[in-house]
Parts: sequence; C-alpha cells; structure tokens
Amino acid sequence: MAVCLVISLVPCKEAMMKSKLMLVILVVLTVLSVGAQQKEIRVLLANHPYGDLLKAAIPEYEKATGVKVNVESLQESQLTTKLTTEFATRSSTVDVFMTRPLQEAKMFYKNGWYEPLTDYDFSDYPKNALDVATFGNKAYLVPLVTEWEVLYYRVDLFKKAGLSVPTNFTELEMAAKKLNSADIAGFASRGKGAAAVTQLSSYVYNYGGTYLDKGKAVFNSKEALDAIRFYGKMLANYGPAGITNMSWENIMPLFQAGKVAMWTDASVFYGQIVDPTKSQIPAENVGIANFPAGPKGNTPYIVVSWGMAIAKQSKNKALAADFIKWATSKELAKRGMLANITMARNSAWKDSEVRAKIHPGLIATQEYAAKYGIPYDRPYMSAVGEARDLIGEVIIESINTGGASAKLESLAKDKVAAVNSLLEDTGEYGVY
Amino acid sequence: MAIKRPKGSFLEKNLHIIFPLPAVVFVIVMMLFPVLYTLFLSFTNWNLTSGMPLSIVFLKSYQKVLREPRFIAALGRTFSFTALAVAVETILGMIVALILNREFRGKGFTKLIMLLPLVSTPVAIGIVFNLFYDPTIGLANFVLIRFGLPRQAWTGSAATVIPSLAIVDIWQWTPMIALILLSGLASLSSEPYESARVDGASEWQIFWRITLPMVTPTLLTALILRTIDALKTFDIIYAMTGGGPGYASETLNVMAFKYSFEYFRMGQASVILVFLFMLVLFMSLLIVRMRKSLEL
Repeated sequence: MAVCLVISLVPCKEAMMKSKLMLVILVVLTVLSVGAQQKEIRVLLANHPYGDLLKAAIPEYEKATGVKVNVESLQESQLTTKLTTEFATRSSTVDVFMTRPLQEAKMFYKNGWYEPLTDYDFSDYPKNALDVATFGNKAYLVPLVTEWEVLYYRVDLFKKAGLSVPTNFTELEMAAKKLNSADIAGFASRGKGAAAVTQLSSYVYNYGGTYLDKGKAVFNSKEALDAIRFYGKMLANYGPAGITNMSWENIMPLFQAGKVAMWTDASVFYGQIVDPTKSQIPAENVGIANFPAGPKGNTPYIVVSWGMAIAKQSKNKALAADFIKWATSKELAKRGMLANITMARNSAWKDSEVRAKIHPGLIATQEYAAKYGIPYDRPYMSAVGEARDLIGEVIIESINTGGASAKLESLAKDKVAAVNSLLEDTGEYGVY
Repeated sequence: MAIKRPKGSFLEKNLHIIFPLPAVVFVIVMMLFPVLYTLFLSFTNWNLTSGMPLSIVFLKSYQKVLREPRFIAALGRTFSFTALAVAVETILGMIVALILNREFRGKGFTKLIMLLPLVSTPVAIGIVFNLFYDPTIGLANFVLIRFGLPRQAWTGSAATVIPSLAIVDIWQWTPMIALILLSGLASLSSEPYESARVDGASEWQIFWRITLPMVTPTLLTALILRTIDALKTFDIIYAMTGGGPGYASETLNVMAFKYSFEYFRMGQASVILVFLFMLVLFMSLLIVRMRKSLEL
C-alpha cells in the first residue's frame, strides 16, 4: 500500500505514464489482496529438539489446513527477549509461541501476554505439570516437554574401574575421585552461576533445603548451604577446568569427546549425547541413572521445561487455537518421544512402540522423578533471571573455594535479602 | 537541464527539502528517537517483572544504579578492557603498518588476508574462540602444553577473562588500525627521510623523530574510532562469556543488556546506557580536542 501512495503522490502529466502507473498500482493491489486471502499465522519456536521436530512437521499441517505458518526459530534466551520486546511495545504479530513456564510464565501472565486456553483438553497431562500452567483457575499454556535431573555416566569407565553406579552423594564423591585423572574429569555439572541454579536444585532438595519457602528466599539455610558447599567441592576437585564459565553447552562437547566420566544434568540431553554424528562415545557406553540420593532422601526436580501458548495480542486466535491443538497433539508427542524428547503427555509414556524403543534408563528415571520429584528447579518468581544471578554468585564462590569458603554464610545471607527485596518489588513476598 | 520542467511543479520547488528528506527521516527515526526515548526511560521505573505501568521517578534510578558496586566494577572493566585492547592494537598496528609500508613479495596478498578478521561476524568469532580457549579440549592449551607451559583457564577464570577477551578484540581490530596507519604512512613525503639519512640518523631516530610525529594525526583518528568502538564492545563478550564467570567480564553494555532483557528493569538499564552514551561522547570530545591541540 505504501508503495502505491508514494507513487500516486508524484504528478505524472503524460498520459502514457499515467496508464503505466495505473497498471503498477493494479498489480500491487492484486498481489496484496491475494496475500490477504491466504490465512497466515506467525509462530515463534525455540531452538529445542521439539522446536526442530515441529518445524519439520509444519508443512504437513499447512497442506492439511491451507493455513500458511510463518515460523521463526530462536535460541531460548533470545526467544524471551524477542517476545518481551514485541509484547511490551504492543507491536506484536506473534500468534503462537513456545514458552518456558518456570522462567517467564509468572511475568508473562502478570503483564497479560498469555491468552487463556479455555477450550483445550488437559486430561492427558500430569497434575504437577498443570500446576505451572495454571494461574487462578485458568490454564494459560500447554505443557510440552518435561525434564528431570539424571546422572549420565560412562559405562565403560565404570566397568574398567570396577565401580557400581553411585546411588548417593557419598558414593558419587568416591566414584568421582576414582575416575578423575589428568585426562578425564571425574565429575561435571553446570558451574556457570545462573545456569547452575537449576541443576543445583536437586542437590539442595536432597540435602533438605529449598530456594523459596512460602514466598520467601531460604537458600541460606544450613541444608541449602551444605548442598552448595558439596556442589562446589565436587566441581572444584573433580570438575573440568574453567567450570565456573560452563553451562550444558560447554559440558556436553566434553562428555561427547570422552573427557567426562559422570555428569548431572537434565534428561533432555540424552538424544544429543548418543548422536553418532556428534559424539565419539558409542551409545552403549552412555548410562543414565537416577540422580543420587542425599542425606534427606531423593527428590530430584522434574519440571515442565517448555510449553506452548497463544499470544493475547493475536488477531488470529481461532487459527492459533487450531494450530496449538495440532502442535501439542498425541500424535506429535509420540513422534517426539521416538526422537528421544521427553514429552509431558501421559499417553506418550504409555505407548508400547515408544517403550520398546526408548532407553530404559530414561523410562526408569522418569517414573521415579514423576513419583517423587519436585516440580520446580529454580526460584519460581517473576524476577527469576536476576534471582538466578544472585544465587549464582554463591555457587561460584563455593566452587572457587572448593566448598570451604568462610564467607559463604554471610554472602548467602546478603543474596537472600536481595532476592527477598525482588519478591517485595513484584508483590510476591510471602505470597504462595 | 535539457528538458524544461513546468515551473511551479511541487517537486521542482521543494527539491532542497525532498532530496535530503530520507536521510533526515532516517536520522530522526533510527538515531535521535531511540536516544531520546532511552533518556526518557532512564527517568522512569519501568520494570516488566512487576506488571505495573511505568511511572516517572526522575533521578531515583540514577541514584540507585550509579551507586551500585556492580556498576562501578563494570565501569572499571569497560575502561580496562578498552585500554588493554586499544593500546596493544595501536602498537601492533603500527608495527604491521611499518612492515607493510616496505616493498616485498606477496604484499597484496598479505593485505587481503589481514582484511579477513575485519569482515568476520563477531558472534561467529566468539564461538570459534570459545572452542579455541576451552581449557580441556581447546587448541590454546594444547599449544601451551606442547611448549611446556602451564595450562590456562582463559575465559574460565576471573583473573584471565578480560585479557582473553582483549586478545580476541586485538585479533579482530589490529588490522584496521594497521590499514589506517598504512594509508597515513603512504601519504608522507620522502624528503624528510632523505635529508635525515644524509645527516646520519639511525632507523630508530627516523621513526621516533620523523615518522611518528608525521603520522600522529592519522594515529589519533584510528584511536578515536577504536576507543569509541571498544568502549561499546558487546557482541564478542556476550557471545563468549555472557559477562562471566560471575560478573568478571561484565562491561557497561553487557550489564545494560542483562538489566533490560534478563532482569527486565528497563528504566535502570536506560540509566546505564545514558551513562555509557555520555562516556563515549566525552571520550570522543577529549580525543578530538587532543588532536586539535597537537595540530596547532
């Protein structure tokens, strides 16, 4: 349209020119009107195995419905950035998007960016998965993928050293000590401050602590600090060099290169670890075991890491609702499972074809975590990004001192106060 | 003009407005507006995590942010990173320019190769250097060990992260300084050199007393460009460390990014950006001043 307006402003006296111009305008208008007739939606996906799977499957949807789906794929933090900027400036044309419930749902809900999903059948989802999708009595997102913390280990190295798989922290430390050598790190887990918060959570739970209790920060409790000290000691003594700048994207290549004997992280990475195009370790040498128990039992996190939602600002809500039903369908969930993606739907785990194909370690650890796990892996609050950085400072101090820091208590106390003031700023202090 | 246009045509009358209009509109929309809007935001408490609409708090955000130890530390890091990177780039750039100013075989090819870092995408550079620096499987430590030197943590330790990042910046931007200086050197007349040689000056004296003073205006131009750019460095740092370990490589720009897109404190992030803007402006003015006083 803009083109036509600009062109029509220019006075063209000659008749020839005029008729040519009319032709151009006609052509442009025709193209525009044809474009308007085609139904379109804009979908933002994450660079996540399920996002990739959807992207590959979308042509089927387009063919079946005639709706054109404009897909954009972004790295997870850039996805949050993009959604936030578009929604906050009220300029968004996003219809459907992938979203991280624990990271952004509270904030998105508060700002009114999610469209409530009143017409969706949630009967196939576990209750704790729906907890994080629901605000008040309405659901705002469809749980897609669940993750829980597991212990990845090298079967061959364990066999060679005559070790059995550790079932508690004491055994974990002994195994790490025995497997650690100049060439291979005995143990790895995320050390990069904020990124480590999620994987540390299971350690904190198993020591009997937690990040937030009744809407107040409590990660300076003795239990939580014991966990942070243990985590720091393990990484300082048996972790790869430079661990305080490492998240999963740095540890995975080391594991794939055979430089790590044990690794605690999210279950979602199994598919990539054993991918023969990326890994030098044959799949039969990679084991998955339950996260080891701590002094207070074993309650690892199991969370909905990804969900899918409709944007409140969407102008194509009917199309968006139809798309989200397809994108979160049983059929696609099964396809996800067969691609080693751990889906949230109950039925996906019961499917016999899936159970025959998927790694038994994945099924066993999922069953354990679903039964005993805790549905949070980070402080669940609006200002979670900043809170993770603050907890991250305590983690890094612990790693840098091998868990022996004399000022860990006072540092943690300061950070607890800082997280509490964040909770106060957002009206969430003491609210649960 | 060969064809006479009718007088009084709208276009004809307003050519002086219409022709520069796209540029003016571009500057207003893409440059002036964002700066003014950021300035406006810096006086508000806009915070997306609270879910509240923004309200104007005047200097409150300034008081809060400018006093924070994390801000002071980031400011210091911005300077130390810039000083380290630009100083090494200038010295190395000068050496490279002096070498390239001589005739030798393969000079054109060398110049071409030198352009490559300049045209590479910073994020891609960051990813490649991250692999290079990896303490366990990276090439950097492999080379160090081969030469019997101790392993380094590179970007993995608070003590070495800033120099490690500066090395990447130096790798990328030394060629630019060298090329600018080379153009300065090429334009120097040969007369002073000839008379100096007749008088028996050493090569060192020639460089110190003749080349350097004559190339100083060009050198300062290169310095201004690089300093402004280095103060604003974001892409390499964000791609390689995200400001870590902890906050050990967090410069003002990285901090502002985290404040806006990870903490969603838009008002306070704007304070940091306004401060950075003033800082860059002040530094540029200072160098321009210096340049003028040297030319007098």
